[in-house]
Amino acid sequence: MAELEARRTVSGKLDMQAEPMVLNIGPSHPATHATLRFVAELDGEKILKLVPEFGYLHRCFEKESENATWTQVFSYTDRLNYVSPLMNNVGYAMAVEKLCGIEVTERCKYIRVLVSEFSRIIDHMVCVGTNMVDLGALTNFWYFWKPREEVYFKLIEPLTGTRLTTAYTRIGGVTGDLTDGWVETARAVIKDSILPMIKDVNALLTKNRIFIDRTIGAGPITAKEAIARGFTGPCLRAAGVPFDLRKDQPYLVYDRFDFDIPIGEQGDTCDRYMVRMEEMRQSVRIIEQALDTLPGGPANVDDPRFVLPDKTLVYGNIEALMNHFKFIMEGIQVPAGEVYSATEAANGELGFYIVSKGGGGPYKIKVRPPCFPLFQGMPHLCEGQMIADLIAVLGSVNIIAGELDR
Amino acid sequence: MTEGNWSAVLSKLKETFGDAIVATHSDFGDDTAVVRRERIVEICTFLRDDPELLFDLAMDLTGVDYLGEEPRFEVVYHLYSLEKKHRVRIKARVPEEDPSIDSVIPVWIGMDWFEREAYDMYGIVFRGHPNLKRILMYESFVGHPLRKDYPKAKRQPTIGPEE
Repeated sequence: MAELEARRTVSGKLDMQAEPMVLNIGPSHPATHATLRFVAELDGEKILKLVPEFGYLHRCFEKESENATWTQVFSYTDRLNYVSPLMNNVGYAMAVEKLCGIEVTERCKYIRVLVSEFSRIIDHMVCVGTNMVDLGALTNFWYFWKPREEVYFKLIEPLTGTRLTTAYTRIGGVTGDLTDGWVETARAVIKDSILPMIKDVNALLTKNRIFIDRTIGAGPITAKEAIARGFTGPCLRAAGVPFDLRKDQPYLVYDRFDFDIPIGEQGDTCDRYMVRMEEMRQSVRIIEQALDTLPGGPANVDDPRFVLPDKTLVYGNIEALMNHFKFIMEGIQVPAGEVYSATEAANGELGFYIVSKGGGGPYKIKVRPPCFPLFQGMPHLCEGQMIADLIAVLGSVNIIAGELDR
Repeated sequence: MTEGNWSAVLSKLKETFGDAIVATHSDFGDDTAVVRRERIVEICTFLRDDPELLFDLAMDLTGVDYLGEEPRFEVVYHLYSLEKKHRVRIKARVPEEDPSIDSVIPVWIGMDWFEREAYDMYGIVFRGHPNLKRILMYESFVGHPLRKDYPKAKRQPTIGPEE
């Protein structure tokens, strides 16, 4: 106290800059969009030190998975990145299929690409939309929400039966083939909703002086720093590194499509926005090409070891009934071994490291959530910046607590 | 573990480190090297800096509990090279009585939280880590939940705000 007294200026007022202030943000704060917490040490409005904390949404994904069958884990993967659950389903299915040595059918690969790219568009819409809400631009949010609802209502709901907890893929295929008229609806949704939406938001934001001034220089990162910190996805691409698994290690059928990888330069909030907007257009390109070349044939592999028998057989013959029973009660029998399988999710590399000791359930599943290194990089992005920029940066790196905490 | 069909990464590692590489395999197409834990930092630095390998992006780090085996724990690193576009998995066994390994933060700064998570979930100590404390669980949590001998249904008292 004596020290503080000594700092009183001549006028008798305390110099407010003298002591750094500690500000707690979260865990329940409108701008964190999830239960995240920051402890910021401030000098005026400048962030001196930032300590991110999380774990409030920890749901024991890995522990639960170790006590579940291979198929039951699909429902848990929905809850990782709940903004684009279909991509998690695809990522997990691909990891188990790698372990089983299954090559899924051509049609299944195309369906997975289609649902993944629609999910990517939705994820980017939510990210950019909520980021803008935090910055005071509510209008974009509504522009984004209508097409998002169209995708959910017209495409994802008929396909999966639900909106968010999709659990759509299965080992060796998907729960159901595309419904009648899905392809035409998808074309219509792109033409009537998604493309006009991208155009509208582009017109509202991309050359908007207020938006540009607000976001340029907010939370920048160099390519070198981003790589050292394990950044992937749009945040790494915004820093100028053209790393995208769909191009670099193509999986499913991404090598058959013509699309570009947008990159930024500064790695700041503006670049992250630009990268995401362009990625939506590129996803539309992929979807259009996939719809044009969608092959026929079965959606599931024809292998009784992995795919549930047809219901008519289950009710009519004892072998199929027993097979069905063992599938559900004991789980699919997966060989022993370990695999790491990565896909390009909306936020970056979504990796599944799976250890199997054989049998109906996994011995261990580790998810490599793309958010984890991004959230770890928050102090690097924000220290030295203004406290208001923290909100802008947090929205633009797109932290999804579901996959962060697992 | 199958023999043969060595990838360039694994043969380079074996050539350079010899005995420090305990075992290698490329099952399911994933190049894997089991290394001695004492030399993990040296090996990781080599993997990052060697012009033929250039594993600049450390993707993942986790622990695995092989209860009943000796040594009990395993620390698993997944690495990717942006330039060479290849991957490798590095594993190091860690015994139960001394579950510790050197931290690789000096090599990849992004491994900080991954190591904290492995510590939190398995109790593996990363020597030299500047801030090794729980990350997903709370400070007063007892035990390490992903260990195979931690009961799934075990309950611990709910906590209020820290004092």
